[in-house]
Amino acid sequence: MSITLTLFLIVVGITLVITAWAARRTKTTVQFWAAGRTIKGWQNGLAIAGDYMSAASFLGIAGLIAFNGYDGFMYSVGWLVAYLTVLFLIAEPMRNTGKYTMADVLAYRMSPVPVRSAAAFSTVAVSAAYMMAQMIGAGSLIKILLPDLDKNLKPYFDWAIFGTKLDPSIALVGLMMMVYVIAGGMVATTWVQIVKAVLLMGGAIFLSLLVLFYFNFNILAFFNKIYSVKDSATKLPFTSPGILYPYGKATILGVDKALVENVSLGLALILGTAGLPHILMRFFTVPNAKAARSSVAWAMGLIGSFYIMTTFLGFGAAALIGKANICAQVVTGFKCAPGLKPNNNMSMPRLADFLGTYFFGTTGGEFLLAFIAAVAFATILAVVAGLTLAASSAFSHDFYVGVVRTQVFHGTVSEREQVLVARITAALVGLLSIWLAAKTGATANVAALVAGVAFVIAASANLPAILFTLFWKRFNTWGAVASLVGGTVVTIWLVAIGPGWTLPAVAHPAFPLQNVGIVAIPVGFVLAIVGTFVGDLVKADRLAEVKFHEIDVRAQTGVGAEASPVPA
Amino acid sequence: MELGNSLPRQSAAPPPAAAAAGEGESHWEGLEETDEFRRLVRARWRFVAPATVFFLVYYFALPLSNGLFPNVMRTELIGHINLAYLFALSQFVMAWLLAFFYIRQAGRVFDPLAEKVRERASRGR
Repeated sequence: MSITLTLFLIVVGITLVITAWAARRTKTTVQFWAAGRTIKGWQNGLAIAGDYMSAASFLGIAGLIAFNGYDGFMYSVGWLVAYLTVLFLIAEPMRNTGKYTMADVLAYRMSPVPVRSAAAFSTVAVSAAYMMAQMIGAGSLIKILLPDLDKNLKPYFDWAIFGTKLDPSIALVGLMMMVYVIAGGMVATTWVQIVKAVLLMGGAIFLSLLVLFYFNFNILAFFNKIYSVKDSATKLPFTSPGILYPYGKATILGVDKALVENVSLGLALILGTAGLPHILMRFFTVPNAKAARSSVAWAMGLIGSFYIMTTFLGFGAAALIGKANICAQVVTGFKCAPGLKPNNNMSMPRLADFLGTYFFGTTGGEFLLAFIAAVAFATILAVVAGLTLAASSAFSHDFYVGVVRTQVFHGTVSEREQVLVARITAALVGLLSIWLAAKTGATANVAALVAGVAFVIAASANLPAILFTLFWKRFNTWGAVASLVGGTVVTIWLVAIGPGWTLPAVAHPAFPLQNVGIVAIPVGFVLAIVGTFVGDLVKADRLAEVKFHEIDVRAQTGVGAEASPVPA
Repeated sequence: MELGNSLPRQSAAPPPAAAAAGEGESHWEGLEETDEFRRLVRARWRFVAPATVFFLVYYFALPLSNGLFPNVMRTELIGHINLAYLFALSQFVMAWLLAFFYIRQAGRVFDPLAEKVRERASRGR
């Protein structure tokens, strides 16, 4: 195990050095949050891909496919097609009207105090939900690299917070990541995202090639092998839809429940991306709308190629190892060590271990496992960094500076104070997500978690507020606050009373669906509309409509957009 | 709109000098009513609206047909590669193509029009 651990630590060390170097160059607010607005289109495209392809993509989708076959691939499809929403409706107008955060765009038209507070709330909720899944992913990696860590650390973690015992691996790795993120800034994360996106693509391509090589590059033989893997409950081959959510088992309002789950999931995947604060922030780092557009194109190329490769990674793990043998520690013959339960989040590293051993012997297996684990860890670190920045900037820039200090205490805020508040927020959100991760449990699939909570909040709370601010003249503060707060609360509530992803499954949940988007997203949009009409009735917000003309012209043309210091 | 009653509104595009800075909102409304701006908005929506409807329909056709016609979707076309997988794969091609067409259209049509509005705005000030 020593080779694995050493190599792993080397790769992690390199990312830390990059951060330290970049952190020294982060002096001003525009650098901290928008990387000086000097990032080029292709660089930003790589960084978006880096920000986007989190543990959910790298570990989660492969795990879903490895354990449930075809249905897992739906995540890959949805998460790419989602970028059309971003490209057509969001990227350019955001760049043209925004400054640092999503709330800047809303605050253009609306009364700043309520919308900034509401946007800070939804942004922190999305980030914490997203980060919870990243913590679980990172914990899974550590459990593979150091199988005895949990056992050895257990005496120090023998206490509970609000009835939940922390998971030692998750807590340790989570705290390490928080230290890393709090030291750096957006310039640092942009470069870490780029490095990590390249590593991640390289790792995925290499593993895919090995899977193909195993089958002598015969795709049909590969699919024959996948077909021979059968699901034990439904008896279906892994190439077939209907294993994750079996068709014809139950109905909701007369419609097949599995169909409702899949459509509901699709809604969250397609609409959620356009409301993710940490992805939206990426569009403020480029010089102009044209660069925002080309960065989406770059991101779509990379992300799409990666998601097609999940075919080889996920099905490869199903066909070559099998879901019963994917767990933290394996014994000779790639069988689970006695007493361990399978964990789908470990499919990618286990596949690397298997292929390395098959082609290059035991050392090769250790080496490849270390490499993939390190790439996955860098992936998670980089995403956590981006998420923390989104959350802490929403809180410190939008709420603390925009509401508390300027409106309540009427003072000026030094940049030092602003960055300090950002760092404290980062620490608190990090701790919250570590606790949530422990509560959810290490075997919950990270892709399903991200799509099921973070993406639904983004689609039901943030997306209506952004779209209506940009394109609906009558939209006002009441509507914005209603969707931002209402969408977030409804989503969290439905997930809390639903079946969730914690194993073993809840028997009779109060809400029948895992994917709550089909209810929560329409509710978010309706709240935005109803809120607007109520606001109209009480004549609270005449300015929003007047200001629409300004945002309309700015969004479409880029007149008066925040400039980049160097000519584009 | 109520706004028409509460604020004086210029119906025709004002000469740039009238839309000078300092008049605040009338400057933006003036720009909004220029011919270039209207053409830009119309050109953009003429592409974006049908393209958005198309990709939403194409995307949701996948989970809907998987759920409604599972046996048809399990039909194997090449070896054990079935219709469901090929349809899923075609979504990638669809997304890339639509993105390509949008970016081409933006470079050819939207950018020059936006540039004209920006020029007018800077002259107006």
